[in-house]
Amino acid sequence: MARQVLSETSEWTFDLLNDYHREIARVAAHYKLDTYPNQIEVITAEQMMDAYSYVGMPVGYTHWSFGKQFLSVEQRYRRGHMGLAYEIVINSNPCIAYLMEENTMMMQALVIAHASYGHNSFFKGNYLFRTWTDAESIVDYLLFARNYIAECEQRYGADEVEAVLDSCHALMSYGVDRYKRPARLSLEEEQKRRVEREEYLQSRINDLWRTLPILGKGMEKQAEEHFPAEPQENLLYFIEKNAPLLEPWQREIVRIVRKMAQYFYPQRQTQVMNEGWATFWHYTILNRMYEEGLLSDGFMIEFLQSHTNVVYQPPYDSKYYSGINPYALGFAMMSDIRRICEHPTEEDKQWFPDLADSDWVKSLDFAMRNFKDESFVAQYLSPKLIRDLKLFAVLDDEADNQLEISAIHDERGYQYIRQALAEQYNLSTREPNIQIYNVNRRGDRSLTLRHLQNNRRPLNDDADEVLKHLARLWGFTVRMETVHEDGEVEMTHECRKG
Amino acid sequence: MAQFIDRRLNGKNKSAVNRQKFIRRFKSQIKKAVTDAMSDRSITDLERGEKINIPARDISEPVFGHGPGGRREGVHPGNTDFISGDRFSRPPGGGGGRGGKASNSGEGEDEFSFELSREEFLDLFFEDLELPDLVKTQLAKQVRFKMVRAGHTSSGVPANLNVIRSMKKSIGRRIATQSPYRRRLREAEEELARLLLSESETSPRVIALREEIARLKARIAAIPFIDTFDLRYNNRIKQPQPTTQAVMFCLMDVSGSMDESKKDMAKRFFTLLYLFLTRNYERVELVFIRHHTIAKEVDEEEFFYSRETGGTVVSSALQLMYDIIKERYSTSDWNIYGAQASDGDNWTDDSPVCRDILINAIMPCVQYYAYVEITEESHQGLWREYLTVKRACPSFAMQHITGPADIYPVFRKLFQKKAA
Repeated sequence: MARQVLSETSEWTFDLLNDYHREIARVAAHYKLDTYPNQIEVITAEQMMDAYSYVGMPVGYTHWSFGKQFLSVEQRYRRGHMGLAYEIVINSNPCIAYLMEENTMMMQALVIAHASYGHNSFFKGNYLFRTWTDAESIVDYLLFARNYIAECEQRYGADEVEAVLDSCHALMSYGVDRYKRPARLSLEEEQKRRVEREEYLQSRINDLWRTLPILGKGMEKQAEEHFPAEPQENLLYFIEKNAPLLEPWQREIVRIVRKMAQYFYPQRQTQVMNEGWATFWHYTILNRMYEEGLLSDGFMIEFLQSHTNVVYQPPYDSKYYSGINPYALGFAMMSDIRRICEHPTEEDKQWFPDLADSDWVKSLDFAMRNFKDESFVAQYLSPKLIRDLKLFAVLDDEADNQLEISAIHDERGYQYIRQALAEQYNLSTREPNIQIYNVNRRGDRSLTLRHLQNNRRPLNDDADEVLKHLARLWGFTVRMETVHEDGEVEMTHECRKG
Repeated sequence: MAQFIDRRLNGKNKSAVNRQKFIRRFKSQIKKAVTDAMSDRSITDLERGEKINIPARDISEPVFGHGPGGRREGVHPGNTDFISGDRFSRPPGGGGGRGGKASNSGEGEDEFSFELSREEFLDLFFEDLELPDLVKTQLAKQVRFKMVRAGHTSSGVPANLNVIRSMKKSIGRRIATQSPYRRRLREAEEELARLLLSESETSPRVIALREEIARLKARIAAIPFIDTFDLRYNNRIKQPQPTTQAVMFCLMDVSGSMDESKKDMAKRFFTLLYLFLTRNYERVELVFIRHHTIAKEVDEEEFFYSRETGGTVVSSALQLMYDIIKERYSTSDWNIYGAQASDGDNWTDDSPVCRDILINAIMPCVQYYAYVEITEESHQGLWREYLTVKRACPSFAMQHITGPADIYPVFRKLFQKKAA
């Protein structure tokens, strides 16, 4: 059935946005995409830069690091080194997506399909987002955070607040409990419980430190009680609950940064999937609309040009190469899953018996809901895709003065490459494993961290600086011990205080 | 269903406060960059912002991460001719086992650069001069404009509508567009009159003519009396407010005892005077005179950057200044300002000569004369003679300077006079 194309020119109007959106929503519903309601905001390039520098939060507290971000975005944009990303989308309910005023109609349609249906359904469906973020209350919470921090600046001085925030930001990636499900946050409860919590916490901390050493005979022999009983991976949580000298408002700030870290935690682990999913859907939805006769040829050519730019993967020896492009890998994998479902080869049937000949919409939906980058690659990277991308693995061992190609895209290498690539997306190998090991409660109150070395990789040069920040929050000496793979423990960093 | 919201009219400076926080936080580094920038700039060049580079290391936000070394494996796309088991040495630059990961992180890591606006730049520049806020606003303000008439335009606001012009246009347009119909109407009416002499009212030709006449009248009536096309508006444009012109004489001792830091201080002193003058005069000319035993008129570059040795005869410069005034800057056309920087050294017998030239020749010509002495030692003859000048002439100012903060008091009176 031939229909009327929606528009011929590249100009957009609000009426056209509505028309396009209606059709995109219809096609998305046809593919059973389940989304939060959409809120689509039209903004200018300057406003886009603002949104950019708040790393995608619709409102944020004020801090110089966002200013730095803004200045560098502005500088690069003005010099033409960088176009602005054409979309920012916020994991909230309703899901907020920004459209830039300067975009053509094609771009606006692409962004609506990509962000308001692709990312949006991912935020709503993926298990990490369901577990770690609460789309209902995030905007309220951000508002609470901004007001609270502004209030603290009034009351305790901007420098004091800035110091605490600096320290918290340094530890931000260690502010998540990976194995515990967090409680939901909401504005009202936060405010209601804040006061109680402050009082309660302060009293508990005093309790913790009440066991002052009463020197007596036999006391020295008593085995020193270990605190914390188990090593703690959530450094910010530990600080918030146990740092002896923090004021209640400082604890609240630690908590705010911790909540932010938690909110962004799923995004750091699902980049390939999230972008792949959104890219796959804008591609599928717009192609479908084209087949239905809703889009003009000119629109499609402009669209395909942007789309191919986004999913371009330069080879390793290109000067544009800077690692694997998550859009390219994600899009290729999502498309590949569809291919395996619809037209499996013998090889696919052997590798993916469950996937071959299944309903592709259902299978993709399952993949989107139940994986993160690491497990997604481990589960779905097919031999065909490894061949298409010509993936190869390089082993770089300090003990060896040469690099070694450990696997390439051949029969022997598929499993190996799949594992190696999955490992590359594993957050716990990407970031050093650092845990709080011990607090010296009877002596100098020093805090000891342990870095469990992985593949003999040492910490970077920032470690000393970060320890200073940790010591500022803790208030006493902080030490870092490195546990080598053979179990040997060595003290590597120390920041003395008090 | 989606909700579309047009946010374009909302404020766009959400990040302004963060930007200010950033500048405040790294003030010391930024100020150093401002000072460096100032020493590279001409003293007349104050109307623009500045690109600031500060070392990225100073502003980095530390986080735990892996350092180089250990064992790591990377997966990369686009294999061309490797097969498993190939071994090769580390590519240069990848360094210390950073290995397979493309080393794209080198770029942009050493410097963080951004633009300071003109206001921010001047603000930081003024900071060590300890200017009162009132003076800062006075100096930082932009050139004043006056609206003047400049003909007419076809677009504008209703308040500027020029009725006479618009009506003229309207008449012209009506005449032009109606004329073919009017001509035909006249012809038709004449023909009708002729016909009616010979034929009756009911004859078909008469009826046809009457119909045509009615149609033509309707056409004429349909042409609008006034159209947007006719409208003319008074046009006004901004013109810089005309003020009088001034000339500023910069006199500096360049004998061997004036070192770089003293010259830098002198430069700030001249810059500040220049700023004061540009706020009050539309056009400010600069004359640079440097001297040791003899004086010479030079350009700015040579003034600040070349050095010579030798004794010091201050009167040579004053004499040259007076000659230039007589020759090129008549006091009826020009406001003349003098600024002199020196370390106070002078040939002893010359100081009374200086005093006489100033009191008798120069001071009657100039609006204001400012002298700064940049020295750590005790005052010499020149200072004492100048004290006499100060007593004799109210528009003479002098100041002993040891740091940039001492410069402003020289201008106190000058500024007060202008503000009053």
